[in-house]
Amino acid sequence: MTDKKIRVLVAKPGLDGHDRGAKVVARALRDAGMEVIYTGLRQTPEMIAEAALQEDVDVVGLSILSGAHMALAPRILELLKKNGQDQVKVFIGGIIPDEDMPRLKEMGITGIYGPGASTDEIIRDVREAIQP
Amino acid sequence: MSFTQPLLEGNRLVLARLLTQVENDSPGARDALVELFPHTGRAHLIGVTGAPGTGKSSLVNQLALGYRRKANKKVAIVAVDPSSPFTGGAVLGDRVRMRDLSGDEGVFIRSMAARGSLGGIAQKTASLVQVFDAAGYEIIIIETVGAGQSEVDVARLAHTTIVVEAPGLGDEIQAIKAGILEIADVLVINKADRPGVENTERALRSTLELAHPTQRIFRHHGKTMEVSAPATDRDLWIPLIIKTVATEGKGIDELIEAIAKHAVHLQRSGDRAARDRARLESEMEALLQEALMNRFMEDMPHENYEEILGNVVNRNLSPYEAVKLLMNGTPK
Repeated sequence: MTDKKIRVLVAKPGLDGHDRGAKVVARALRDAGMEVIYTGLRQTPEMIAEAALQEDVDVVGLSILSGAHMALAPRILELLKKNGQDQVKVFIGGIIPDEDMPRLKEMGITGIYGPGASTDEIIRDVREAIQP
Repeated sequence: MSFTQPLLEGNRLVLARLLTQVENDSPGARDALVELFPHTGRAHLIGVTGAPGTGKSSLVNQLALGYRRKANKKVAIVAVDPSSPFTGGAVLGDRVRMRDLSGDEGVFIRSMAARGSLGGIAQKTASLVQVFDAAGYEIIIIETVGAGQSEVDVARLAHTTIVVEAPGLGDEIQAIKAGILEIADVLVINKADRPGVENTERALRSTLELAHPTQRIFRHHGKTMEVSAPATDRDLWIPLIIKTVATEGKGIDELIEAIAKHAVHLQRSGDRAARDRARLESEMEALLQEALMNRFMEDMPHENYEEILGNVVNRNLSPYEAVKLLMNGTPK
Protein backbone atom coordinates (compact mmCIF):
# COMPACT_ATOMS: atom_id res chain seq x y z
CA MET A 1 0.00 0.00 0.00
CA THR A 2 2.64 2.51 -1.01
CA ASP A 3 0.21 5.11 -2.27
CA LYS A 4 -1.98 5.11 0.83
CA LYS A 5 -1.91 8.63 2.22
CA ILE A 6 -2.60 9.47 5.83
CA ARG A 7 -5.77 11.56 5.90
CA VAL A 8 -6.29 13.93 8.81
CA LEU A 9 -9.25 16.11 9.69
CA VAL A 10 -8.24 19.29 11.50
CA ALA A 11 -11.24 20.86 13.15
CA LYS A 12 -12.03 23.55 15.66
CA PRO A 13 -15.07 22.76 17.77
CA GLY A 14 -16.57 25.29 20.11
CA LEU A 15 -16.79 29.01 20.08
CA ASP A 16 -13.30 30.41 20.43
CA GLY A 17 -12.10 32.09 17.27
CA HIS A 18 -8.36 31.59 17.40
CA ASP A 19 -7.24 29.12 14.76
CA ARG A 20 -3.58 29.97 14.36
CA GLY A 21 -2.50 26.79 16.15
CA ALA A 22 -4.78 24.63 14.03
CA LYS A 23 -3.37 26.18 10.86
CA VAL A 24 0.23 25.69 11.98
CA VAL A 25 -0.47 22.02 12.69
CA ALA A 26 -2.36 21.59 9.40
CA ARG A 27 0.57 23.05 7.52
CA ALA A 28 3.09 20.87 9.38
CA LEU A 29 1.13 17.71 8.64
CA ARG A 30 0.90 18.73 5.00
CA ASP A 31 4.67 19.16 4.88
CA ALA A 32 4.95 15.67 6.36
CA GLY A 33 3.15 14.37 3.27
CA MET A 34 -0.31 13.94 4.78
CA GLU A 35 -3.62 15.01 3.28
CA VAL A 36 -5.20 17.42 5.72
CA ILE A 37 -8.85 18.33 5.50
CA TYR A 38 -9.34 21.69 7.15
CA THR A 39 -12.87 22.55 8.18
CA GLY A 40 -12.56 25.96 9.80
CA LEU A 41 -13.97 27.55 12.92
CA ARG A 42 -16.98 26.85 15.12
CA GLN A 43 -17.73 23.29 14.21
CA THR A 44 -20.24 21.32 16.23
CA PRO A 45 -19.34 17.77 17.28
CA GLU A 46 -21.96 16.57 14.78
CA MET A 47 -20.32 18.48 11.93
CA ILE A 48 -16.92 17.09 12.85
CA ALA A 49 -18.11 13.49 13.03
CA GLU A 50 -19.91 13.86 9.73
CA ALA A 51 -16.86 15.32 8.02
CA ALA A 52 -14.70 12.54 9.48
CA LEU A 53 -17.09 10.00 8.00
CA GLN A 54 -17.38 11.53 4.54
CA GLU A 55 -13.65 12.06 4.28
CA ASP A 56 -12.83 8.61 5.71
CA VAL A 57 -9.96 10.04 7.75
CA ASP A 58 -7.48 8.09 9.83
CA VAL A 59 -7.02 10.85 12.37
CA VAL A 60 -9.03 13.75 13.78
CA GLY A 61 -7.12 16.68 15.29
CA LEU A 62 -9.15 19.01 17.50
CA SER A 63 -8.06 22.48 18.48
CA ILE A 64 -9.78 23.58 21.68
CA LEU A 65 -8.89 26.76 23.55
CA SER A 66 -12.22 27.50 25.14
CA GLY A 67 -12.03 25.20 28.13
CA ALA A 68 -14.94 23.14 26.86
CA HIS A 69 -12.82 20.08 26.09
CA MET A 70 -14.42 17.90 28.79
CA ALA A 71 -17.77 18.38 27.06
CA LEU A 72 -16.65 18.36 23.41
CA ALA A 73 -14.15 15.51 23.37
CA PRO A 74 -16.41 12.76 24.74
CA ARG A 75 -19.25 13.86 22.47
CA ILE A 76 -17.05 13.64 19.38
CA LEU A 77 -15.67 10.25 20.42
CA GLU A 78 -19.18 8.99 20.97
CA LEU A 79 -20.38 10.18 17.55
CA LEU A 80 -17.39 8.64 15.79
CA LYS A 81 -18.21 5.31 17.44
CA LYS A 82 -21.85 5.62 16.53
CA ASN A 83 -20.85 6.08 12.88
CA GLY A 84 -18.72 2.94 12.98
CA GLN A 85 -15.44 4.84 13.00
CA ASP A 86 -13.94 3.35 16.15
CA GLN A 87 -10.55 3.08 14.50
CA VAL A 88 -10.15 6.85 14.06
CA LYS A 89 -7.51 8.31 16.40
CA VAL A 90 -8.35 11.62 18.03
CA PHE A 91 -5.73 14.19 19.06
CA ILE A 92 -6.30 17.44 20.93
CA GLY A 93 -4.25 20.60 20.84
CA GLY A 94 -4.89 23.72 22.85
CA ILE A 95 -5.15 24.75 26.48
CA ILE A 96 -5.80 21.61 28.50
CA PRO A 97 -5.19 21.67 32.28
CA ASP A 98 -2.90 18.88 33.50
CA GLU A 99 -5.56 17.42 35.77
CA ASP A 100 -7.89 16.78 32.79
CA MET A 101 -5.33 14.89 30.75
CA PRO A 102 -5.64 11.46 32.41
CA ARG A 103 -9.39 11.50 32.03
CA LEU A 104 -9.21 12.50 28.37
CA LYS A 105 -6.73 9.69 27.70
CA GLU A 106 -9.01 7.27 29.50
CA MET A 107 -11.89 8.31 27.26
CA GLY A 108 -9.78 7.38 24.25
CA ILE A 109 -7.96 10.56 23.22
CA THR A 110 -4.66 9.44 21.71
CA GLY A 111 -2.52 12.55 22.23
CA ILE A 112 -2.77 15.97 23.90
CA TYR A 113 -0.56 18.94 23.05
CA GLY A 114 -0.28 22.32 24.70
CA PRO A 115 1.35 25.54 23.60
CA GLY A 116 4.99 24.96 22.72
CA ALA A 117 4.51 21.37 21.59
CA SER A 118 6.75 20.51 18.67
CA THR A 119 5.15 19.69 15.36
CA ASP A 120 7.76 16.97 14.84
CA GLU A 121 6.44 15.26 17.94
CA ILE A 122 2.86 15.52 16.67
CA ILE A 123 3.80 14.11 13.26
CA ARG A 124 5.68 11.22 14.86
CA ASP A 125 2.77 10.42 17.20
CA VAL A 126 0.24 10.53 14.35
CA ARG A 127 2.32 8.14 12.26
CA GLU A 128 2.79 5.78 15.19
CA ALA A 129 -0.86 5.84 16.16
CA ILE A 130 -2.12 4.61 12.82
CA GLN A 131 0.38 1.79 12.37
CA PRO A 132 -1.74 -1.33 11.90
CA MET B 1 -15.84 -8.47 0.25
CA SER B 2 -18.71 -6.89 -1.56
CA PHE B 3 -19.37 -3.18 -1.36
CA THR B 4 -22.16 -3.21 -3.84
CA GLN B 5 -25.23 -4.13 -1.83
CA PRO B 6 -24.68 -1.81 1.16
CA LEU B 7 -23.62 0.95 -1.21
CA LEU B 8 -26.78 0.72 -3.27
CA GLU B 9 -28.75 0.72 -0.01
CA GLY B 10 -27.16 4.03 0.93
CA ASN B 11 -24.64 3.04 3.60
CA ARG B 12 -22.49 6.15 3.96
CA LEU B 13 -19.60 4.53 5.81
CA VAL B 14 -19.24 1.89 3.10
CA LEU B 15 -19.37 4.64 0.49
CA ALA B 16 -16.65 6.65 2.27
CA ARG B 17 -14.36 3.63 2.58
CA LEU B 18 -14.86 2.60 -1.01
CA LEU B 19 -13.96 6.13 -2.14
CA THR B 20 -10.67 5.82 -0.25
CA GLN B 21 -9.92 2.47 -1.83
CA VAL B 22 -10.72 3.77 -5.29
CA GLU B 23 -8.54 6.79 -4.72
CA ASN B 24 -5.66 4.53 -3.69
CA ASP B 25 -6.39 2.12 -6.54
CA SER B 26 -6.42 -0.87 -4.21
CA PRO B 27 -7.09 -4.29 -5.75
CA GLY B 28 -10.56 -4.50 -4.18
CA ALA B 29 -11.48 -1.14 -5.66
CA ARG B 30 -11.19 -2.32 -9.25
CA ASP B 31 -13.49 -5.25 -8.56
CA ALA B 32 -15.99 -2.91 -6.92
CA LEU B 33 -15.91 -0.55 -9.91
CA VAL B 34 -16.61 -3.49 -12.18
CA GLU B 35 -19.61 -4.48 -10.08
CA LEU B 36 -20.91 -0.93 -9.84
CA PHE B 37 -20.51 0.01 -13.47
CA PRO B 38 -23.98 -1.18 -14.57
CA HIS B 39 -25.48 1.19 -11.98
CA THR B 40 -23.73 4.27 -13.36
CA GLY B 41 -24.72 6.73 -16.05
CA ARG B 42 -27.73 8.30 -14.37
CA ALA B 43 -26.31 11.35 -12.60
CA HIS B 44 -25.90 14.79 -14.09
CA LEU B 45 -22.24 15.76 -13.69
CA ILE B 46 -21.51 19.45 -13.18
CA GLY B 47 -17.93 20.70 -13.39
CA VAL B 48 -17.06 23.95 -11.64
CA THR B 49 -13.75 25.54 -12.51
CA GLY B 50 -12.10 28.94 -12.49
CA ALA B 51 -9.15 30.88 -11.11
CA PRO B 52 -8.27 30.68 -7.41
CA GLY B 53 -10.35 33.04 -5.33
CA THR B 54 -13.20 33.50 -7.77
CA GLY B 55 -15.53 31.82 -5.30
CA LYS B 56 -15.87 28.29 -6.63
CA SER B 57 -16.41 26.67 -3.23
CA SER B 58 -18.99 29.22 -2.13
CA LEU B 59 -20.80 28.79 -5.42
CA VAL B 60 -20.77 25.00 -5.09
CA ASN B 61 -22.14 25.38 -1.57
CA GLN B 62 -25.06 27.48 -2.82
CA LEU B 63 -25.64 25.31 -5.83
CA ALA B 64 -25.92 22.21 -3.65
CA LEU B 65 -28.27 24.05 -1.27
CA GLY B 66 -30.39 25.07 -4.24
CA TYR B 67 -30.66 21.54 -5.55
CA ARG B 68 -31.61 20.30 -2.08
CA ARG B 69 -34.27 22.93 -1.47
CA LYS B 70 -35.85 23.23 -4.88
CA ALA B 71 -35.55 19.77 -6.35
CA ASN B 72 -34.76 17.58 -3.35
CA LYS B 73 -32.05 15.85 -5.35
CA LYS B 74 -29.24 13.91 -3.71
CA VAL B 75 -26.04 15.87 -4.22
CA ALA B 76 -22.43 14.69 -4.11
CA ILE B 77 -19.51 17.08 -4.23
CA VAL B 78 -15.97 16.10 -5.18
CA ALA B 79 -13.71 19.02 -4.29
CA VAL B 80 -10.16 18.84 -5.61
CA ASP B 81 -7.28 20.86 -4.16
CA PRO B 82 -3.62 20.72 -5.15
CA SER B 83 -1.01 18.41 -3.63
CA SER B 84 2.43 19.72 -2.76
CA PRO B 85 4.84 18.82 -5.55
CA PHE B 86 7.59 18.33 -2.96
CA THR B 87 6.05 16.34 -0.13
CA GLY B 88 2.87 14.98 -1.69
CA GLY B 89 0.93 16.43 1.22
CA ALA B 90 -2.08 18.69 0.86
CA VAL B 91 -4.35 20.98 2.79
CA LEU B 92 -7.88 20.50 1.50
CA GLY B 93 -9.89 23.54 2.53
CA ASP B 94 -13.00 23.55 0.36
CA ARG B 95 -15.22 22.34 3.19
CA VAL B 96 -14.67 25.62 5.02
CA ARG B 97 -17.07 27.27 2.58
CA MET B 98 -19.57 24.43 2.63
CA ARG B 99 -20.66 24.40 6.25
CA ASP B 100 -24.28 25.16 5.30
CA LEU B 101 -24.49 21.65 3.89
CA SER B 102 -23.61 19.98 7.16
CA GLY B 103 -26.29 17.86 8.80
CA ASP B 104 -28.06 17.03 5.53
CA GLU B 105 -28.02 13.32 4.76
CA GLY B 106 -28.76 14.06 1.12
CA VAL B 107 -25.37 15.70 0.61
CA PHE B 108 -21.99 14.01 0.59
CA ILE B 109 -18.82 16.07 0.31
CA ARG B 110 -15.50 14.47 -0.46
CA SER B 111 -12.24 16.40 -0.57
CA MET B 112 -9.59 15.09 -2.87
CA ALA B 113 -5.92 15.94 -3.39
CA ALA B 114 -4.80 16.24 -7.01
CA ARG B 115 -1.83 13.91 -6.29
CA GLY B 116 0.34 15.15 -9.09
CA SER B 117 -2.28 15.50 -11.82
CA LEU B 118 -2.00 18.78 -13.70
CA GLY B 119 -5.34 18.98 -15.47
CA GLY B 120 -7.26 20.52 -12.58
CA ILE B 121 -8.72 17.24 -11.30
CA ALA B 122 -7.05 14.12 -9.93
CA GLN B 123 -6.42 10.98 -11.93
CA LYS B 124 -9.03 9.14 -9.87
CA THR B 125 -11.70 11.84 -9.85
CA ALA B 126 -13.65 10.16 -12.64
CA SER B 127 -13.68 6.88 -10.72
CA LEU B 128 -14.90 8.60 -7.55
CA VAL B 129 -17.68 10.17 -9.60
CA GLN B 130 -18.66 6.72 -10.87
CA VAL B 131 -19.00 5.49 -7.30
CA PHE B 132 -21.25 8.42 -6.36
CA ASP B 133 -23.28 7.86 -9.52
CA ALA B 134 -23.83 4.20 -8.64
CA ALA B 135 -24.69 5.14 -5.04
CA GLY B 136 -27.66 7.10 -6.34
CA TYR B 137 -26.45 10.70 -6.19
CA GLU B 138 -28.39 12.53 -8.88
CA ILE B 139 -26.32 15.68 -9.05
CA ILE B 140 -22.55 15.34 -8.82
CA ILE B 141 -20.56 18.56 -8.62
CA ILE B 142 -16.87 18.39 -9.39
CA GLU B 143 -14.92 21.39 -8.14
CA THR B 144 -11.46 21.66 -9.71
CA VAL B 145 -8.32 23.10 -8.19
CA GLY B 146 -8.00 26.84 -8.75
CA ALA B 147 -7.42 26.73 -12.48
CA GLY B 148 -5.28 28.99 -14.61
CA GLN B 149 -5.72 28.76 -18.33
CA SER B 150 -5.33 25.19 -19.42
CA GLU B 151 -6.72 22.97 -16.67
CA VAL B 152 -9.54 21.76 -18.84
CA ASP B 153 -9.81 18.06 -17.97
CA VAL B 154 -13.03 18.65 -16.09
CA ALA B 155 -14.84 19.40 -19.35
CA ARG B 156 -14.13 15.88 -20.51
CA LEU B 157 -15.67 14.48 -17.33
CA ALA B 158 -18.67 16.76 -16.74
CA HIS B 159 -21.91 17.06 -18.67
CA THR B 160 -22.17 20.74 -17.88
CA THR B 161 -19.06 22.81 -17.26
CA ILE B 162 -19.35 26.04 -15.32
CA VAL B 163 -16.45 28.48 -15.54
CA VAL B 164 -16.41 30.98 -12.69
CA GLU B 165 -15.00 34.44 -13.30
CA ALA B 166 -14.90 37.47 -11.05
CA PRO B 167 -14.62 41.18 -11.83
CA GLY B 168 -11.11 42.51 -12.21
CA LEU B 169 -9.37 39.42 -13.49
CA GLY B 170 -7.95 40.44 -16.83
CA ASP B 171 -8.96 42.07 -20.05
CA GLU B 172 -10.31 41.03 -23.42
CA ILE B 173 -7.04 39.47 -24.50
CA GLN B 174 -7.35 37.03 -21.62
CA ALA B 175 -10.83 36.31 -22.82
CA ILE B 176 -9.90 35.46 -26.42
CA LYS B 177 -7.08 33.09 -25.54
CA ALA B 178 -7.75 29.42 -25.98
CA GLY B 179 -8.37 27.27 -22.96
CA ILE B 180 -10.57 27.59 -20.00
CA LEU B 181 -13.21 29.94 -21.42
CA GLU B 182 -13.71 27.64 -24.37
CA ILE B 183 -14.91 24.79 -22.19
CA ALA B 184 -17.66 26.80 -20.52
CA ASP B 185 -21.23 25.72 -21.06
CA VAL B 186 -22.27 28.30 -18.50
CA LEU B 187 -20.14 31.30 -17.57
CA VAL B 188 -20.65 32.63 -14.07
CA ILE B 189 -19.54 36.10 -13.07
CA ASN B 190 -19.38 35.71 -9.33
CA LYS B 191 -18.92 38.56 -6.85
CA ALA B 192 -21.24 40.52 -9.11
CA ASP B 193 -21.75 43.14 -6.40
CA ARG B 194 -18.19 44.34 -6.96
CA PRO B 195 -17.17 47.29 -9.10
CA GLY B 196 -16.10 46.41 -12.61
CA VAL B 197 -18.73 43.77 -13.16
CA GLU B 198 -20.04 45.59 -16.26
CA ASN B 199 -16.59 45.51 -17.85
CA THR B 200 -16.16 41.84 -17.13
CA GLU B 201 -19.56 41.08 -18.55
CA ARG B 202 -18.88 43.14 -21.68
CA ALA B 203 -15.52 41.42 -22.25
CA LEU B 204 -17.04 37.98 -21.85
CA ARG B 205 -20.00 38.82 -24.08
CA SER B 206 -17.78 40.10 -26.84
CA THR B 207 -15.67 36.96 -26.58
CA LEU B 208 -18.73 34.84 -26.95
CA GLU B 209 -19.77 36.93 -29.93
CA LEU B 210 -16.43 36.37 -31.61
CA ALA B 211 -16.83 32.67 -31.10
CA HIS B 212 -20.51 32.60 -31.96
CA PRO B 213 -21.03 29.51 -34.08
CA THR B 214 -23.23 31.14 -36.70
CA GLN B 215 -22.57 33.49 -39.54
CA ARG B 216 -21.72 36.90 -38.16
CA ILE B 217 -21.16 40.32 -39.58
CA PHE B 218 -19.15 42.79 -37.52
CA ARG B 219 -19.15 46.49 -38.15
CA HIS B 220 -15.63 47.88 -38.01
CA HIS B 221 -14.82 51.53 -38.94
CA GLY B 222 -17.98 51.68 -40.99
CA LYS B 223 -17.10 48.61 -42.98
CA THR B 224 -18.40 45.14 -42.42
CA MET B 225 -16.38 42.04 -41.68
CA GLU B 226 -17.92 38.68 -42.16
CA VAL B 227 -17.16 35.45 -40.36
CA SER B 228 -18.86 32.48 -41.88
CA ALA B 229 -20.45 29.76 -39.90
CA PRO B 230 -18.61 26.50 -39.44
CA ALA B 231 -20.23 23.72 -41.41
CA THR B 232 -22.28 21.78 -38.92
CA ASP B 233 -25.73 20.34 -38.71
CA ARG B 234 -25.55 20.08 -34.94
CA ASP B 235 -27.91 21.79 -32.60
CA LEU B 236 -25.90 24.72 -31.26
CA TRP B 237 -25.35 25.74 -27.69
CA ILE B 238 -24.34 29.26 -26.90
CA PRO B 239 -22.86 29.58 -23.41
CA LEU B 240 -25.05 31.48 -20.99
CA ILE B 241 -23.68 34.21 -18.76
CA ILE B 242 -25.06 34.30 -15.23
CA LYS B 243 -24.20 36.86 -12.57
CA THR B 244 -24.08 35.63 -8.98
CA VAL B 245 -23.14 36.73 -5.49
CA ALA B 246 -22.46 33.31 -4.03
CA THR B 247 -21.96 34.44 -0.44
CA GLU B 248 -25.52 35.82 -0.46
CA GLY B 249 -27.09 33.18 -2.67
CA LYS B 250 -27.95 35.68 -5.40
CA GLY B 251 -28.32 34.39 -8.94
CA ILE B 252 -28.31 30.74 -7.89
CA ASP B 253 -31.85 30.04 -9.11
CA GLU B 254 -30.89 31.46 -12.51
CA LEU B 255 -27.77 29.30 -12.53
CA ILE B 256 -29.74 26.14 -11.76
CA GLU B 257 -32.13 27.08 -14.55
CA ALA B 258 -29.23 27.56 -16.97
CA ILE B 259 -27.86 24.13 -16.05
CA ALA B 260 -31.29 22.61 -16.62
CA LYS B 261 -31.49 24.26 -20.05
CA HIS B 262 -28.10 22.87 -20.91
CA ALA B 263 -29.16 19.41 -19.77
CA VAL B 264 -32.17 19.60 -22.11
CA HIS B 265 -29.91 20.73 -24.93
CA LEU B 266 -27.54 17.81 -24.28
CA GLN B 267 -30.39 15.34 -24.56
CA ARG B 268 -31.98 16.90 -27.61
CA SER B 269 -28.80 17.40 -29.59
CA GLY B 270 -27.35 14.01 -28.78
CA ASP B 271 -24.40 15.74 -27.15
CA ARG B 272 -24.88 13.87 -23.90
CA ALA B 273 -24.41 10.54 -25.63
CA ALA B 274 -21.42 11.92 -27.52
CA ARG B 275 -19.82 13.21 -24.32
CA ASP B 276 -20.45 9.96 -22.50
CA ARG B 277 -18.89 8.06 -25.35
CA ALA B 278 -15.82 10.30 -25.48
CA ARG B 279 -15.35 10.04 -21.72
CA LEU B 280 -15.70 6.28 -21.60
CA GLU B 281 -13.43 5.92 -24.58
CA SER B 282 -10.68 7.96 -22.95
CA GLU B 283 -11.10 5.97 -19.74
CA MET B 284 -10.82 2.72 -21.64
CA GLU B 285 -7.79 3.98 -23.55
CA ALA B 286 -6.04 5.02 -20.36
CA LEU B 287 -6.57 1.55 -18.88
CA LEU B 288 -5.45 -0.05 -22.11
CA GLN B 289 -2.28 2.03 -22.15
CA GLU B 290 -1.54 1.00 -18.59
CA ALA B 291 -2.19 -2.66 -19.33
CA LEU B 292 -0.06 -2.63 -22.48
CA MET B 293 2.73 -0.89 -20.64
CA ASN B 294 2.59 -3.45 -17.85
CA ARG B 295 2.61 -6.34 -20.32
CA PHE B 296 5.45 -4.79 -22.24
CA MET B 297 7.55 -4.31 -19.12
CA GLU B 298 6.88 -7.87 -18.03
CA ASP B 299 8.14 -9.24 -21.35
CA MET B 300 11.12 -6.95 -21.54
CA PRO B 301 14.28 -8.22 -19.80
CA HIS B 302 15.21 -5.63 -17.22
CA GLU B 303 18.89 -5.52 -18.33
CA ASN B 304 17.94 -4.70 -21.92
CA TYR B 305 15.77 -1.86 -20.76
CA GLU B 306 18.47 -0.48 -18.48
CA GLU B 307 21.10 -0.76 -21.21
CA ILE B 308 19.04 1.17 -23.71
CA LEU B 309 18.14 3.77 -21.11
CA GLY B 310 21.85 4.10 -20.31
CA ASN B 311 22.60 4.76 -23.98
CA VAL B 312 19.99 7.50 -24.03
CA VAL B 313 21.41 9.07 -20.87
CA ASN B 314 24.90 9.05 -22.47
CA ARG B 315 23.45 10.78 -25.52
CA ASN B 316 24.41 7.85 -27.75
CA LEU B 317 20.80 7.19 -28.62
CA SER B 318 17.89 9.54 -29.01
CA PRO B 319 14.70 8.63 -27.19
CA TYR B 320 13.11 8.03 -30.61
CA GLU B 321 15.73 5.45 -31.59
CA ALA B 322 15.51 3.92 -28.13
CA VAL B 323 11.80 3.32 -28.47
CA LYS B 324 12.32 1.72 -31.89
CA LEU B 325 14.87 -0.65 -30.39
CA LEU B 326 12.64 -1.42 -27.43
CA MET B 327 9.74 -2.22 -29.71
CA ASN B 328 11.99 -4.67 -31.62
CA GLY B 329 12.90 -6.21 -28.30
CA THR B 330 16.64 -6.02 -28.83
CA PRO B 331 19.30 -3.76 -27.34
CA LYS B 332 21.76 -2.05 -29.58
